[in-house]
Amino acid sequence: MSVLIFVDHSEGHIKKASFEALTYGAKIAEQTGTTAEALVLGTVSDDLAALGKYGVKKVHQVNNESLNHLDAQVYAKVIAEAATASGATVVVISHTQTGKAIAGRVAVRLKAGLVAGACALPDTSNGFVVKKTVFSGKAFANVSISSPVKVISLNPNSYTTIAGEGTAEVSQLSIAVDAPKVKVTAVNKVSGEIPLTEAEIVVSGGRGLKGPENWGILLDLAKELGAATACSRPVGDAHWRPHHEHVGQTGVQVAPNLYIAIGISGAIQHLAGVNRSKIIVVINKDPEAPFFKAADYGIVGDAFEVVPKLTEEIKKMKAK
Amino acid sequence: MKILVCVSKTPDTTSKIAFTDGNSKFDENGVQWIINPYDEWYSLVRAIELKEKDPATTVHLVTVGGADAEPIIRKALALGGDEAIRVNADGSDSYFIASQIAAIAKDGYDLVFTGKETIDYNGSSIGAMVAELLDVPYISLATKFELNGTTATVTREIEGGEEVAELALPAVVSCQKGVAEQRIPNMRGIMAARTKPLKVVEPAATDTLTSIVSFELPPAKAGVKLVSPDNVGELVRLLHEEAKAI
Ligand SMILES: Cc1cc2nc3c(=O)[nH]c(=O)nc-3n(C[C@H](O)[C@H](O)[C@H](O)COP(=O)(O)OP(=O)(O)OC[C@H]3O[C@@H](n4cnc5c(N)ncnc54)[C@H](O)[C@@H]3O)c2cc1C
Ligand SMILES: Nc1ncnc2c1ncn2[C@@H]1O[C@H](COP(=O)(O)O)[C@@H](O)[C@H]1O
Repeated sequence: MSVLIFVDHSEGHIKKASFEALTYGAKIAEQTGTTAEALVLGTVSDDLAALGKYGVKKVHQVNNESLNHLDAQVYAKVIAEAATASGATVVVISHTQTGKAIAGRVAVRLKAGLVAGACALPDTSNGFVVKKTVFSGKAFANVSISSPVKVISLNPNSYTTIAGEGTAEVSQLSIAVDAPKVKVTAVNKVSGEIPLTEAEIVVSGGRGLKGPENWGILLDLAKELGAATACSRPVGDAHWRPHHEHVGQTGVQVAPNLYIAIGISGAIQHLAGVNRSKIIVVINKDPEAPFFKAADYGIVGDAFEVVPKLTEEIKKMKAK
Repeated sequence: MKILVCVSKTPDTTSKIAFTDGNSKFDENGVQWIINPYDEWYSLVRAIELKEKDPATTVHLVTVGGADAEPIIRKALALGGDEAIRVNADGSDSYFIASQIAAIAKDGYDLVFTGKETIDYNGSSIGAMVAELLDVPYISLATKFELNGTTATVTREIEGGEEVAELALPAVVSCQKGVAEQRIPNMRGIMAARTKPLKVVEPAATDTLTSIVSFELPPAKAGVKLVSPDNVGELVRLLHEEAKAI
């Protein structure tokens, strides 16, 4: 028996969400008295034995070049076969863009119940019950899985990575890999920017900033914090900022440690994309702005005065 | 070209989220039901656009739900689409729902569209399951969808960017912002929808692998701590020392 954790990577490096999944999976293994094993598809440059730090005993790799691009159909077959080979009773996948493409397929192949968007460890005291976010972060559901094999896809940023000591045994798995049916013809990554869904800190601007020419103060703050930038829907619609920055119910859903909202009113559809953030800071000149109700910290004031001061104060703090 | 569009019914985003029966059921009191926005705005509209370009294309809608889902199906039909199928079953297990959709999709559909996710259950997984049950390719989180004969060119969201892929149909695609622009049903559409066929079929025998035991609301926020705009340094101190967020 084992808990098998799917490890995702990009440009040779293992993704942050996968470290969370490894820590989470290792904890489930401990809880259920089994061992945690990791599965890596394709080529990576990181040291795989070092994944032992997160509590996995073994790392299986299927080092086949055609796995360097995601074809959900091909991936699912390989993951399901690896899960069966390692006797996995639980498969953990991150609920990221990649995870969303494959988790459902893997679950079907294994005839396993799936909890997608899990946010806490399963309760195994009476059955197998996993907590997940529902209603776009406005509530949680406790979902019971009744099948012998279980698949969990874990929300990024909802389980803290713990790195300890240890090395894992790395071995190559020989699994036949089908020819992909999906041909990737172009990959456009916004280089140099921190991907919004992976960022620990997000600095976001709304219509209160009045126009694209005023974004400098926000970008300075983001740079100082090493944060990703985001915006409200009207800002994206007006092309003040690129579309992929729009967060909310109809845009990207984020759950960083810190979300700083500047000149955003806090409409319910906006909150739906950000209310899983750990700490929310709101800067708005209107004390009645609904966002303050969802915030942990706030400043009622003019963004054009407050934001540059904030950047300065952070610089000062760092200099100390 | 035969297209199947999956539509589901969800509470309007502004609905109050509350639970009854010892937190085991969603409180439907006063809730306004809508078509899941990703289904309505993106996948359905794109399917209709494909039909407008090629009159030989048919667009069918499928929903797995009780009779109370009919008003939203009629609204979806008012936007376009030729006919609808309702699988008469309630349930939240994705495997069960996907199996029902796959059973219908086996009937010669070239393309199955789903939304990116339901805004109530947030699984983002039904499309992947349907694709696996049909053993066809799946493109998740599409932001563009073009068709040339039976070859599709799809742009999809990946971590930190986008990827363009080509594939031969049949396939399942989950749609989000970018695929199409929201439309509003017009009077003609609404009138036409009244007489479009809405078939009700009984569910195929399938297992249910998960069930919701209970719901919880997040703990209430302690309330916002306000800092004076003349003392921004205090906010930085709080974020550093108290919240440990920077
Ligand atoms: C079905 C549906 C889906 C939607 N999906 C989304 C979504 O995904 N994401 C999203 O964001 N929205 C979404 N919306 C839109 C949403 O309802 C709001 O209209 C939108 O979020 C408002 O954007 P905003 O806060 O930037 O602008 P506004 O509501 O105009 O707020 C601007 C804020 O800036 C403040 N302000 C003005 N000047 C200053 C200043 N100098 N300094 C500081 N503060 C200042 C004002 O007090 C105000 O609170 C959706 C709407 C619908 C109907
Ligand atoms: N009961 C249902 N009936 C028909 N389609 C559904 C149903 N539930 C979900 N879907 C489709 O699957 C998509 C993803 O749902 P989910 O995996 O639950 O987030 C939705 O956007 C719909 O297109």
